[in-house]
Amino acid sequence: MNFFEYFSRKKNTSASIAKERLQIIVAHERNKLKQPDYLPALQRDIMEVLRKYVDIDMTQVEVQLENNGNCAVLELNVTLPE
Amino acid sequence: MAKIIVVTSGKGGVGKTTTSSSISSGLALRGHKTAVIDFDIGLRNLDLIMNVERRVVYDFVNVINGEATLKQALIKDKRTENLFILPASQTRDKDALTAEGVERVLNELSDMGFEFIICDSPAGIEHGAFMALYFADEAVVVANPEVSSVRDSDRILGILQSKSRKAERGERVLEHLLITRYNPERVAKGEMLGVKDVEEILATKLLGVIPECETVLKASNQGTPVIYDTESKAGKAYNDAVGRLLGETIEHRFLTPEHKSLFQRLFRRSA
Repeated sequence: MNFFEYFSRKKNTSASIAKERLQIIVAHERNKLKQPDYLPALQRDIMEVLRKYVDIDMTQVEVQLENNGNCAVLELNVTLPE
Repeated sequence: MAKIIVVTSGKGGVGKTTTSSSISSGLALRGHKTAVIDFDIGLRNLDLIMNVERRVVYDFVNVINGEATLKQALIKDKRTENLFILPASQTRDKDALTAEGVERVLNELSDMGFEFIICDSPAGIEHGAFMALYFADEAVVVANPEVSSVRDSDRILGILQSKSRKAERGERVLEHLLITRYNPERVAKGEMLGVKDVEEILATKLLGVIPECETVLKASNQGTPVIYDTESKAGKAYNDAVGRLLGETIEHRFLTPEHKSLFQRLFRRSA
């Protein structure tokens, strides 16, 4: 990098925006691929059960599986309406 | 045993066939008996890039269906002794590529003494692309420094790591990243992702960087793999990549903008 480039270089070049966006989406998609196939079906079933008791929609339930070493944690996040 | 190398990318139009033709030619030029297979059933193009389109009699699907022998279908390259091309079929449906059929052809090529088998994958992540990568020992993932191409390359890397035969056996396909259509001037201006950025996002070892170069189109116009254009940057970069594929240590070049003299700036040279 020469003297002039140093001063003319802006932090928000389109390339750095591209890099940032890619890092986020790639990490997100890798996580999704690592999850077992049954997660969406599991989420649907949990929804069915919950719906019997509370009036919520799909977007208020989040099912995530996290791997910590040799144990996996199934995390269920439900936002109940007020 | 032949080494099976898939050239893949996910996204179309990034230079898979150009890369397949140059890498297979480069390996053959260095004395290795090499076969290059077009897996793009229905849309064959490797024959055109390698200037054998008028010599196609039988194709990959004919061999799988037992309508022709492998020897009858292989087209000998006229430029180098050690290179043979197996074209894709033009008309049949994609399901004709059965895993058993593909495996049989690969084994037969190996028995015939081929050292390298290059599988030119179709775009996408459908059956043809899957068949091209399933049996691979190594993979050359071709990416352009551009968001959709990088994202698709990551998907393909994920598939290689989970769905390939090696993955099923608990082994790992040796992955190489090849960045094509690289424009160092635009990278310097912050208009294009740099080599380091792409390498970092994909976390894959860099095999080579092919600069954006008008000789690539010229080469495909003429049906000569660009690696034969030994004066061009793209040709040199492909030659370096072939060396690295064979385990040589070669420094990467054409990564930074060329310094132009005032004279060159005033009178833009045309090649």
